[in-house]
Amino acid sequence: MIALFHSLLGSLRDLAPIVVVIGFFQIAVLQQPIPDFANLIVGLACVTLGLTFFIYGLELGLFPIGESMAQAFARKGSVFWLLTFAFALGFGTTVAEPALIAVAAEAARIAAQGGMIETTEQAQADYATGLRLTVAVSVGLAIVLGVLRILKGWSIQYMIIGGYVLVVLMTTLAPREIIGIAYDSGGVTTSTITVPLVTALGVGLASSIKGRNPMVDGFGLIAFASLTPMIFVMGYGMVIS
Amino acid sequence: MNQLLSDFFSVFLATIQDVLPIVVIIFGFQLLVIRRQIPRFSKVLIGFVYVLIGLTLFLLGLEKALFPIGRLMAEQLTNPEFIREWSGSLDQSTALHWSDYYWVFLFAFAIGASTTIAEPSLIAVAIKANEVSGGAIGVWGLRLAVALGVAVGIALGTWRIVTGYPIHWFIIAGYIVVVIQTTFAPKLIVPLAYDSGGVTTSTVTVPLVAALGLGLAETVPGRSALIDGFGLIAFASLFPMISVMGYAQITEYLAAREKQKRVLAENEGVNNAL
Repeated sequence: MIALFHSLLGSLRDLAPIVVVIGFFQIAVLQQPIPDFANLIVGLACVTLGLTFFIYGLELGLFPIGESMAQAFARKGSVFWLLTFAFALGFGTTVAEPALIAVAAEAARIAAQGGMIETTEQAQADYATGLRLTVAVSVGLAIVLGVLRILKGWSIQYMIIGGYVLVVLMTTLAPREIIGIAYDSGGVTTSTITVPLVTALGVGLASSIKGRNPMVDGFGLIAFASLTPMIFVMGYGMVIS
Repeated sequence: MNQLLSDFFSVFLATIQDVLPIVVIIFGFQLLVIRRQIPRFSKVLIGFVYVLIGLTLFLLGLEKALFPIGRLMAEQLTNPEFIREWSGSLDQSTALHWSDYYWVFLFAFAIGASTTIAEPSLIAVAIKANEVSGGAIGVWGLRLAVALGVAVGIALGTWRIVTGYPIHWFIIAGYIVVVIQTTFAPKLIVPLAYDSGGVTTSTVTVPLVAALGLGLAETVPGRSALIDGFGLIAFASLFPMISVMGYAQITEYLAAREKQKRVLAENEGVNNAL
Protein backbone atom coordinates (compact mmCIF):
# COMPACT_ATOMS: atom_id res chain seq x y z
CA MET A 1 0.00 0.00 0.00
CA ILE A 2 2.86 2.37 0.87
CA ALA A 3 4.58 1.37 -2.36
CA LEU A 4 1.43 2.24 -4.30
CA PHE A 5 1.23 5.61 -2.57
CA HIS A 6 4.86 6.31 -3.41
CA SER A 7 4.29 5.50 -7.03
CA LEU A 8 1.19 7.73 -6.98
CA LEU A 9 3.41 10.64 -5.94
CA GLY A 10 5.82 9.64 -8.70
CA SER A 11 3.03 9.71 -11.29
CA LEU A 12 1.91 13.15 -10.14
CA ARG A 13 5.47 14.39 -10.64
CA ASP A 14 5.66 12.72 -14.07
CA LEU A 15 2.49 14.42 -15.24
CA ALA A 16 3.13 17.84 -13.74
CA PRO A 17 5.20 19.09 -16.75
CA ILE A 18 2.34 18.48 -19.21
CA VAL A 19 -0.10 20.33 -16.97
CA VAL A 20 2.31 23.25 -16.61
CA VAL A 21 2.99 23.46 -20.36
CA ILE A 22 -0.66 23.29 -21.35
CA GLY A 23 -1.68 25.70 -18.59
CA PHE A 24 1.01 28.21 -19.52
CA PHE A 25 0.23 28.21 -23.23
CA GLN A 26 -3.52 28.32 -22.69
CA ILE A 27 -3.52 31.17 -20.19
CA ALA A 28 -0.42 33.22 -20.96
CA VAL A 29 -0.01 32.76 -24.71
CA LEU A 30 -3.42 31.99 -26.16
CA GLN A 31 -5.07 33.97 -23.34
CA GLN A 32 -8.10 31.78 -23.16
CA PRO A 33 -9.93 30.18 -20.28
CA ILE A 34 -9.49 26.45 -19.69
CA PRO A 35 -12.53 24.80 -21.29
CA ASP A 36 -14.58 22.26 -19.37
CA PHE A 37 -12.63 22.45 -16.14
CA ALA A 38 -14.46 19.61 -14.35
CA ASN A 39 -13.80 17.14 -17.13
CA LEU A 40 -10.16 18.14 -17.15
CA ILE A 41 -9.74 17.42 -13.45
CA VAL A 42 -11.50 14.04 -13.76
CA GLY A 43 -9.33 13.20 -16.77
CA LEU A 44 -6.13 14.17 -15.00
CA ALA A 45 -7.09 12.06 -11.99
CA CYS A 46 -7.66 9.10 -14.35
CA VAL A 47 -4.29 9.60 -16.04
CA THR A 48 -2.47 9.82 -12.71
CA LEU A 49 -4.14 6.73 -11.25
CA GLY A 50 -3.69 4.86 -14.52
CA LEU A 51 0.04 5.56 -14.71
CA THR A 52 0.41 4.50 -11.07
CA PHE A 53 -1.36 1.18 -11.59
CA PHE A 54 0.49 0.54 -14.83
CA ILE A 55 3.95 1.02 -13.29
CA TYR A 56 2.93 -1.07 -10.28
CA GLY A 57 1.65 -3.90 -12.46
CA LEU A 58 4.70 -3.66 -14.68
CA GLU A 59 7.06 -4.69 -11.91
CA LEU A 60 4.61 -7.25 -10.55
CA GLY A 61 3.60 -8.92 -13.82
CA LEU A 62 5.15 -7.86 -17.11
CA PHE A 63 8.83 -7.75 -16.13
CA PRO A 64 8.83 -11.05 -14.19
CA ILE A 65 6.97 -12.98 -16.90
CA GLY A 66 9.27 -11.67 -19.64
CA GLU A 67 12.35 -12.61 -17.68
CA SER A 68 11.14 -15.97 -16.45
CA MET A 69 10.22 -16.98 -20.00
CA ALA A 70 13.61 -15.89 -21.29
CA GLN A 71 15.31 -18.00 -18.62
CA ALA A 72 13.06 -20.99 -19.28
CA PHE A 73 13.86 -20.86 -23.00
CA ALA A 74 17.57 -20.49 -22.29
CA ARG A 75 17.45 -23.53 -19.99
CA LYS A 76 15.44 -25.55 -22.47
CA GLY A 77 18.08 -24.81 -25.10
CA SER A 78 15.75 -25.06 -28.07
CA VAL A 79 16.63 -22.27 -30.49
CA PHE A 80 13.70 -23.23 -32.72
CA TRP A 81 11.08 -22.65 -30.04
CA LEU A 82 12.75 -19.48 -28.82
CA LEU A 83 12.71 -17.99 -32.31
CA THR A 84 9.13 -19.15 -32.87
CA PHE A 85 8.15 -17.43 -29.65
CA ALA A 86 10.04 -14.29 -30.69
CA PHE A 87 8.23 -14.18 -34.01
CA ALA A 88 4.82 -14.84 -32.43
CA LEU A 89 5.38 -12.10 -29.87
CA GLY A 90 6.36 -9.54 -32.51
CA PHE A 91 3.66 -10.53 -34.98
CA GLY A 92 0.90 -11.00 -32.41
CA THR A 93 1.38 -7.72 -30.59
CA THR A 94 1.51 -5.74 -33.82
CA VAL A 95 -1.22 -7.20 -36.01
CA ALA A 96 -4.01 -6.12 -33.62
CA GLU A 97 -2.46 -2.77 -32.69
CA PRO A 98 -5.20 -0.08 -33.04
CA ALA A 99 -2.70 2.62 -34.07
CA LEU A 100 -1.50 0.39 -36.91
CA ILE A 101 -5.05 -0.34 -38.08
CA ALA A 102 -5.68 3.41 -38.26
CA VAL A 103 -2.44 4.11 -40.15
CA ALA A 104 -3.12 1.28 -42.62
CA ALA A 105 -6.61 2.56 -43.41
CA GLU A 106 -5.24 6.07 -43.91
CA ALA A 107 -2.50 4.73 -46.17
CA ALA A 108 -5.05 2.87 -48.30
CA ARG A 109 -7.05 6.08 -48.74
CA ILE A 110 -3.94 7.97 -49.82
CA ALA A 111 -2.91 5.20 -52.20
CA ALA A 112 -6.37 5.24 -53.81
CA GLN A 113 -6.23 9.03 -54.20
CA GLY A 114 -2.78 8.81 -55.69
CA GLY A 115 -4.03 6.29 -58.26
CA MET A 116 -1.72 3.54 -57.04
CA ILE A 117 -4.65 1.20 -56.50
CA GLU A 118 -8.30 1.19 -57.59
CA THR A 119 -10.65 3.38 -55.60
CA THR A 120 -13.10 0.57 -54.81
CA GLU A 121 -13.64 -0.28 -51.17
CA GLN A 122 -12.48 -3.84 -51.79
CA ALA A 123 -9.15 -2.73 -53.23
CA GLN A 124 -8.59 -0.34 -50.33
CA ALA A 125 -9.43 -2.99 -47.73
CA ASP A 126 -7.05 -5.43 -49.41
CA TYR A 127 -4.31 -2.82 -49.49
CA ALA A 128 -4.80 -1.98 -45.80
CA THR A 129 -4.77 -5.65 -44.79
CA GLY A 130 -1.66 -6.26 -46.87
CA LEU A 131 0.06 -3.34 -45.22
CA ARG A 132 -0.92 -4.48 -41.74
CA LEU A 133 0.37 -8.00 -42.36
CA THR A 134 3.57 -6.58 -43.87
CA VAL A 135 4.23 -4.51 -40.76
CA ALA A 136 3.34 -7.37 -38.40
CA VAL A 137 5.63 -9.81 -40.24
CA SER A 138 8.41 -7.24 -40.24
CA VAL A 139 8.13 -6.74 -36.47
CA GLY A 140 8.08 -10.52 -35.95
CA LEU A 141 11.25 -10.84 -38.03
CA ALA A 142 12.79 -7.91 -36.15
CA ILE A 143 12.38 -9.67 -32.80
CA VAL A 144 13.73 -12.91 -34.33
CA LEU A 145 16.76 -11.03 -35.66
CA GLY A 146 17.28 -9.26 -32.33
CA VAL A 147 17.08 -12.54 -30.40
CA LEU A 148 19.50 -14.20 -32.83
CA ARG A 149 21.87 -11.31 -32.25
CA ILE A 150 21.73 -11.93 -28.50
CA LEU A 151 22.36 -15.66 -29.00
CA LYS A 152 25.29 -15.14 -31.38
CA GLY A 153 26.69 -12.03 -29.72
CA TRP A 154 26.70 -10.02 -32.98
CA SER A 155 27.39 -6.35 -32.42
CA ILE A 156 24.38 -4.16 -32.94
CA GLN A 157 26.05 -1.14 -34.57
CA TYR A 158 26.62 -2.66 -37.98
CA MET A 159 23.12 -4.14 -38.14
CA ILE A 160 21.29 -0.96 -37.18
CA ILE A 161 23.49 1.37 -39.22
CA GLY A 162 23.26 -0.98 -42.19
CA GLY A 163 19.49 -0.96 -41.76
CA TYR A 164 19.33 2.81 -41.76
CA VAL A 165 21.52 3.02 -44.86
CA LEU A 166 18.97 0.73 -46.50
CA VAL A 167 16.14 3.02 -45.30
CA VAL A 168 17.86 6.05 -46.83
CA LEU A 169 18.48 4.23 -50.11
CA MET A 170 14.88 3.01 -50.30
CA THR A 171 13.58 6.50 -49.50
CA THR A 172 15.03 7.68 -52.79
CA LEU A 173 13.41 4.81 -54.71
CA ALA A 174 10.01 4.32 -53.05
CA PRO A 175 6.88 6.15 -54.22
CA ARG A 176 6.66 9.53 -52.47
CA GLU A 177 3.24 8.89 -50.91
CA ILE A 178 4.38 5.85 -48.96
CA ILE A 179 7.43 7.45 -47.32
CA GLY A 180 5.61 9.34 -44.55
CA ILE A 181 3.53 6.26 -43.76
CA ALA A 182 6.65 4.10 -43.72
CA TYR A 183 8.46 6.39 -41.27
CA ASP A 184 5.37 6.56 -39.07
CA SER A 185 4.84 2.80 -39.04
CA GLY A 186 8.23 2.44 -37.39
CA GLY A 187 6.85 4.45 -34.49
CA VAL A 188 3.41 2.91 -34.08
CA THR A 189 4.62 -0.64 -33.67
CA THR A 190 6.17 -0.20 -30.25
CA SER A 191 3.19 -0.13 -27.92
CA THR A 192 3.11 0.40 -24.19
CA ILE A 193 2.76 -3.29 -23.37
CA THR A 194 5.15 -4.62 -26.00
CA VAL A 195 8.07 -2.45 -24.90
CA PRO A 196 8.38 -3.70 -21.29
CA LEU A 197 7.81 -7.32 -22.33
CA VAL A 198 10.35 -7.26 -25.14
CA THR A 199 12.88 -5.39 -22.98
CA ALA A 200 12.50 -7.95 -20.19
CA LEU A 201 12.86 -10.76 -22.73
CA GLY A 202 16.10 -9.34 -24.14
CA VAL A 203 17.65 -8.56 -20.78
CA GLY A 204 16.55 -11.94 -19.39
CA LEU A 205 18.10 -13.79 -22.33
CA ALA A 206 21.35 -11.86 -22.17
CA SER A 207 21.70 -12.48 -18.46
CA SER A 208 21.04 -16.22 -18.67
CA ILE A 209 23.40 -16.92 -21.57
CA LYS A 210 27.05 -17.25 -20.63
CA GLY A 211 29.35 -14.60 -21.99
CA ARG A 212 26.61 -12.06 -22.73
CA ASN A 213 26.37 -8.75 -20.99
CA PRO A 214 22.74 -7.70 -20.30
CA MET A 215 23.62 -4.06 -20.91
CA VAL A 216 25.43 -4.56 -24.24
CA ASP A 217 23.40 -7.49 -25.54
CA GLY A 218 20.06 -7.23 -23.75
CA PHE A 219 18.86 -3.96 -25.24
CA GLY A 220 18.29 -3.30 -28.91
CA LEU A 221 15.17 -5.37 -29.64
CA ILE A 222 13.00 -2.23 -29.79
CA ALA A 223 15.47 -0.63 -32.18
CA PHE A 224 15.03 -3.55 -34.58
CA ALA A 225 11.26 -3.42 -34.16
CA SER A 226 11.13 0.21 -35.19
CA LEU A 227 13.59 -0.17 -38.07
CA THR A 228 12.26 -3.13 -40.07
CA PRO A 229 8.71 -1.78 -40.59
CA MET A 230 10.15 1.22 -42.46
CA ILE A 231 12.06 -1.08 -44.82
CA PHE A 232 9.17 -3.49 -45.33
CA VAL A 233 6.52 -0.78 -45.83
CA MET A 234 8.63 1.01 -48.45
CA GLY A 235 9.23 -2.35 -50.08
CA TYR A 236 5.48 -2.99 -50.04
CA GLY A 237 4.87 0.40 -51.68
CA MET A 238 7.44 -0.36 -54.38
CA VAL A 239 5.97 -3.79 -55.11
CA ILE A 240 2.37 -2.53 -55.29
CA SER A 241 3.16 0.33 -57.64
CA MET B 1 -20.83 9.57 -13.76
CA ASN B 2 -22.72 7.05 -15.90
CA GLN B 3 -21.06 8.49 -18.95
CA LEU B 4 -17.67 8.04 -17.33
CA LEU B 5 -18.42 4.43 -16.42
CA SER B 6 -19.57 3.51 -19.91
CA ASP B 7 -16.50 5.26 -21.35
CA PHE B 8 -14.36 3.30 -18.94
CA PHE B 9 -15.85 0.01 -20.09
CA SER B 10 -15.47 0.73 -23.78
CA VAL B 11 -11.81 1.69 -23.31
CA PHE B 12 -11.35 -1.32 -21.04
CA LEU B 13 -12.69 -3.64 -23.73
CA ALA B 14 -10.40 -2.10 -26.33
CA THR B 15 -7.42 -2.53 -24.01
CA ILE B 16 -8.32 -6.16 -23.39
CA GLN B 17 -8.54 -6.69 -27.13
CA ASP B 18 -5.09 -5.18 -27.42
CA VAL B 19 -3.63 -7.32 -24.64
CA LEU B 20 -5.38 -10.56 -25.55
CA PRO B 21 -2.99 -11.72 -28.30
CA ILE B 22 -0.05 -11.16 -25.94
CA VAL B 23 -1.71 -13.15 -23.16
CA VAL B 24 -2.60 -15.98 -25.55
CA ILE B 25 0.98 -16.15 -26.89
CA ILE B 26 2.59 -16.03 -23.46
CA PHE B 27 0.35 -18.59 -21.83
CA GLY B 28 0.21 -20.77 -24.94
CA PHE B 29 3.99 -21.07 -25.03
CA GLN B 30 4.14 -21.44 -21.29
CA LEU B 31 1.67 -24.35 -21.33
CA LEU B 32 2.64 -26.10 -24.56
CA VAL B 33 6.36 -25.52 -24.96
CA ILE B 34 7.91 -24.61 -21.63
CA ARG B 35 5.51 -26.77 -19.60
CA ARG B 36 6.56 -25.40 -16.30
CA GLN B 37 4.70 -23.61 -13.56
CA ILE B 38 5.16 -19.85 -13.81
CA PRO B 39 7.02 -18.77 -10.68
CA ARG B 40 4.72 -16.80 -8.35
CA PHE B 41 1.85 -17.19 -10.77
CA SER B 42 -0.80 -15.38 -8.72
CA LYS B 43 1.42 -12.32 -8.37
CA VAL B 44 1.99 -12.19 -12.11
CA LEU B 45 -1.75 -12.45 -12.69
CA ILE B 46 -2.44 -9.59 -10.28
CA GLY B 47 0.27 -7.62 -12.09
CA PHE B 48 -1.52 -8.14 -15.40
CA VAL B 49 -4.80 -6.94 -13.89
CA TYR B 50 -3.06 -3.80 -12.60
CA VAL B 51 -1.54 -3.19 -16.04
CA LEU B 52 -4.93 -3.59 -17.71
CA ILE B 53 -6.76 -1.26 -15.33
CA GLY B 54 -3.87 1.19 -15.31
CA LEU B 55 -3.64 1.39 -19.08
CA THR B 56 -7.42 1.78 -19.36
CA LEU B 57 -7.54 4.67 -16.89
CA PHE B 58 -4.50 6.25 -18.51
CA LEU B 59 -5.97 6.16 -22.03
CA LEU B 60 -9.39 7.26 -20.78
CA GLY B 61 -7.89 10.24 -18.97
CA LEU B 62 -5.76 11.25 -21.96
CA GLU B 63 -8.78 11.06 -24.26
CA LYS B 64 -10.93 13.03 -21.79
CA ALA B 65 -8.57 15.71 -20.60
CA LEU B 66 -5.28 16.12 -22.40
CA PHE B 67 -5.83 15.25 -26.04
CA PRO B 68 -8.82 17.57 -26.71
CA ILE B 69 -7.14 20.61 -25.20
CA GLY B 70 -3.76 19.71 -26.68
CA ARG B 71 -5.22 19.33 -30.17
CA LEU B 72 -7.17 22.55 -29.81
CA MET B 73 -4.04 24.39 -28.74
CA ALA B 74 -2.06 22.98 -31.66
CA GLU B 75 -4.78 24.29 -33.99
CA GLN B 76 -4.91 27.71 -32.37
CA LEU B 77 -1.16 28.17 -32.19
CA THR B 78 -0.71 27.35 -35.86
CA ASN B 79 -3.57 29.63 -36.90
CA PRO B 80 -2.08 32.38 -39.13
CA GLU B 81 -4.20 35.05 -37.43
CA PHE B 82 -2.75 34.21 -34.04
CA ILE B 83 0.77 34.25 -35.45
CA ARG B 84 0.20 37.66 -37.10
CA GLU B 85 -1.11 39.08 -33.87
CA TRP B 86 2.05 38.18 -31.96
CA SER B 87 4.46 39.05 -34.74
CA GLY B 88 3.03 42.57 -34.87
CA SER B 89 2.64 42.52 -38.65
CA LEU B 90 -1.11 42.74 -38.98
CA ASP B 91 -0.70 43.72 -42.60
CA GLN B 92 -2.17 40.76 -44.47
CA SER B 93 -0.14 41.35 -47.62
CA THR B 94 3.31 40.66 -46.12
CA ALA B 95 4.30 37.03 -45.99
CA LEU B 96 5.11 35.56 -42.59
CA HIS B 97 8.77 34.93 -41.85
CA TRP B 98 9.66 31.65 -40.17
CA SER B 99 10.80 33.53 -37.07
CA ASP B 100 7.19 34.71 -36.55
CA TYR B 101 6.33 31.16 -35.58
CA TYR B 102 8.41 31.25 -32.40
CA TRP B 103 5.49 30.28 -30.14
CA VAL B 104 4.92 27.19 -32.27
CA PHE B 105 8.56 26.12 -31.93
CA LEU B 106 8.50 26.81 -28.21
CA PHE B 107 5.29 24.83 -27.82
CA ALA B 108 6.74 21.97 -29.87
CA PHE B 109 9.81 21.88 -27.64
CA ALA B 110 7.82 22.06 -24.38
CA ILE B 111 5.14 19.55 -25.36
CA GLY B 112 7.77 17.15 -26.74
CA ALA B 113 9.73 17.21 -23.49
CA SER B 114 6.74 17.03 -21.14
CA THR B 115 4.90 14.22 -22.93
CA THR B 116 8.10 12.17 -23.09
CA ILE B 117 8.53 12.45 -19.32
CA ALA B 118 5.05 10.93 -18.90
CA GLU B 119 5.54 8.16 -21.50
CA PRO B 120 4.94 4.83 -19.69
CA SER B 121 7.09 2.68 -21.98
CA LEU B 122 10.06 5.00 -21.48
CA ILE B 123 9.60 4.73 -17.71
CA ALA B 124 9.67 0.94 -18.11
CA VAL B 125 12.88 0.95 -20.14
CA ALA B 126 14.53 3.43 -17.74
CA ILE B 127 13.68 1.24 -14.74
CA LYS B 128 15.17 -1.79 -16.49
CA ALA B 129 18.30 0.06 -17.63
CA ASN B 130 18.87 1.36 -14.12
CA GLU B 131 18.52 -2.14 -12.70
CA VAL B 132 20.78 -3.78 -15.29
CA SER B 133 23.51 -1.15 -15.14
CA GLY B 134 23.65 -1.46 -11.36
CA GLY B 135 22.58 2.17 -10.95
CA ALA B 136 25.19 3.62 -13.33
CA ILE B 137 22.42 4.84 -15.62
CA GLY B 138 20.00 6.92 -13.58
CA VAL B 139 16.26 6.58 -14.26
CA TRP B 140 15.94 10.36 -14.41
CA GLY B 141 19.17 10.87 -16.31
CA LEU B 142 17.94 8.65 -19.13
CA ARG B 143 14.42 10.06 -19.12
CA LEU B 144 15.63 13.66 -19.21
CA ALA B 145 18.13 12.87 -21.96
CA VAL B 146 15.40 11.27 -24.08
CA ALA B 147 12.98 14.12 -23.31
CA LEU B 148 15.55 16.67 -24.44
CA GLY B 149 16.12 14.68 -27.63
CA VAL B 150 12.41 14.52 -28.43
CA ALA B 151 11.98 18.23 -27.63
CA VAL B 152 14.80 19.29 -29.95
CA GLY B 153 13.63 16.83 -32.61
CA ILE B 154 10.04 18.08 -32.65
CA ALA B 155 11.02 21.75 -32.49
CA LEU B 156 13.36 21.20 -35.45
CA GLY B 157 10.66 19.20 -37.21
CA THR B 158 8.13 22.03 -36.92
CA TRP B 159 10.77 24.49 -38.10
CA ARG B 160 11.31 22.27 -41.11
CA ILE B 161 7.60 22.26 -41.92
CA VAL B 162 7.50 26.07 -41.75
CA THR B 163 10.63 26.58 -43.84
CA GLY B 164 9.86 23.69 -46.21
CA TYR B 165 13.33 22.18 -46.43
CA PRO B 166 13.20 18.54 -47.61
CA ILE B 167 12.86 16.05 -44.76
CA HIS B 168 15.53 13.62 -45.97
CA TRP B 169 18.34 16.17 -45.54
CA PHE B 170 17.60 16.31 -41.85
CA ILE B 171 17.13 12.58 -41.45
CA ILE B 172 20.31 11.73 -43.35
CA ALA B 173 22.34 14.37 -41.48
CA GLY B 174 20.93 13.01 -38.20
CA TYR B 175 21.93 9.45 -39.07
CA ILE B 176 25.43 10.60 -39.96
CA VAL B 177 25.72 12.16 -36.49
CA VAL B 178 24.42 8.89 -34.98
CA VAL B 179 27.05 6.88 -36.88
CA ILE B 180 29.87 9.17 -35.77
CA GLN B 181 28.68 9.15 -32.16
CA THR B 182 28.37 5.36 -32.21
CA THR B 183 32.11 5.02 -32.83
CA PHE B 184 33.00 7.32 -29.94
CA ALA B 185 30.30 6.72 -27.32
CA PRO B 186 30.80 4.22 -24.46
CA LYS B 187 29.96 0.74 -25.78
CA LEU B 188 27.46 0.06 -23.01
CA ILE B 189 25.11 2.85 -23.98
CA VAL B 190 24.80 2.20 -27.71
CA PRO B 191 22.02 -0.46 -27.72
CA LEU B 192 20.04 1.47 -25.11
CA ALA B 193 20.38 4.67 -27.15
CA TYR B 194 19.07 2.89 -30.25
CA ASP B 195 16.14 1.56 -28.22
CA SER B 196 15.21 4.95 -26.85
CA GLY B 197 14.49 6.12 -30.37
CA GLY B 198 11.62 3.64 -30.72
CA VAL B 199 10.33 3.94 -27.19
CA THR B 200 9.49 7.63 -27.30
CA THR B 201 6.86 7.45 -29.98
CA SER B 202 4.12 5.84 -28.01
CA THR B 203 0.83 6.54 -26.27
CA VAL B 204 1.15 10.15 -25.14
CA THR B 205 3.49 11.81 -27.60
CA VAL B 206 2.18 10.64 -30.97
CA PRO B 207 -1.39 12.05 -30.88
CA LEU B 208 -0.32 15.51 -29.71
CA VAL B 209 2.66 15.74 -32.03
CA ALA B 210 0.66 14.49 -35.01
CA ALA B 211 -1.97 17.19 -34.34
CA LEU B 212 0.74 19.83 -34.31
CA GLY B 213 2.28 18.59 -37.56
CA LEU B 214 -1.02 18.35 -39.40
CA GLY B 215 -2.13 21.76 -38.09
CA LEU B 216 1.06 23.37 -39.38
CA ALA B 217 1.02 21.58 -42.72
CA GLU B 218 -2.55 22.72 -43.33
CA THR B 219 -2.00 26.39 -42.50
CA VAL B 220 1.48 27.13 -43.82
CA PRO B 221 1.11 28.06 -47.49
CA GLY B 222 2.57 25.58 -49.96
CA ARG B 223 2.70 22.59 -47.58
CA SER B 224 0.80 19.36 -48.09
CA ALA B 225 -0.71 17.55 -45.14
CA LEU B 226 0.18 14.24 -46.76
CA ILE B 227 3.84 14.88 -47.36
CA ASP B 228 4.75 17.41 -44.66
CA GLY B 229 2.27 16.47 -41.95
CA PHE B 230 3.96 13.14 -41.41
CA GLY B 231 7.57 12.90 -40.51
CA LEU B 232 7.53 14.64 -37.13
CA ILE B 233 7.51 11.17 -35.61
CA ALA B 234 10.70 10.36 -37.53
CA PHE B 235 12.36 13.42 -35.95
CA ALA B 236 11.09 12.37 -32.52
CA SER B 237 12.70 8.95 -32.85
CA LEU B 238 15.99 10.13 -34.35
CA PHE B 239 17.09 12.78 -31.87
CA PRO B 240 16.84 10.73 -28.65
CA MET B 241 19.56 8.43 -30.04
CA ILE B 242 21.82 11.46 -30.34
CA SER B 243 20.93 12.91 -26.94
CA VAL B 244 21.24 9.59 -25.06
CA MET B 245 24.68 8.90 -26.54
CA GLY B 246 25.59 12.51 -25.82
CA TYR B 247 24.45 12.10 -22.22
CA ALA B 248 26.71 9.06 -21.83
CA GLN B 249 29.62 10.83 -23.51
CA ILE B 250 29.30 13.85 -21.21
CA THR B 251 29.01 11.65 -18.12
CA GLU B 252 32.08 9.68 -19.19
CA TYR B 253 34.05 12.83 -19.94
CA LEU B 254 33.19 14.36 -16.56
CA ALA B 255 34.14 11.16 -14.74
CA ALA B 256 37.44 10.98 -16.61
CA ARG B 257 38.25 14.60 -15.82
CA GLU B 258 37.39 14.06 -12.16
CA LYS B 259 39.72 11.08 -12.08
CA GLN B 260 42.51 12.99 -13.80
CA LYS B 261 42.15 15.79 -11.26
CA ARG B 262 42.35 13.30 -8.41
CA VAL B 263 45.46 11.67 -9.88
CA LEU B 264 47.07 15.07 -10.35
CA ALA B 265 46.23 16.08 -6.79
CA GLU B 266 47.62 12.80 -5.49
CA ASN B 267 50.80 13.19 -7.49
CA GLU B 268 51.20 16.68 -6.12
CA GLY B 269 50.73 15.32 -2.63
CA VAL B 270 53.44 12.73 -3.25
CA ASN B 271 55.77 15.35 -4.67
CA ASN B 272 55.24 17.60 -1.69
CA ALA B 273 55.89 14.76 0.69
CA LEU B 274 59.14 14.06 -1.09
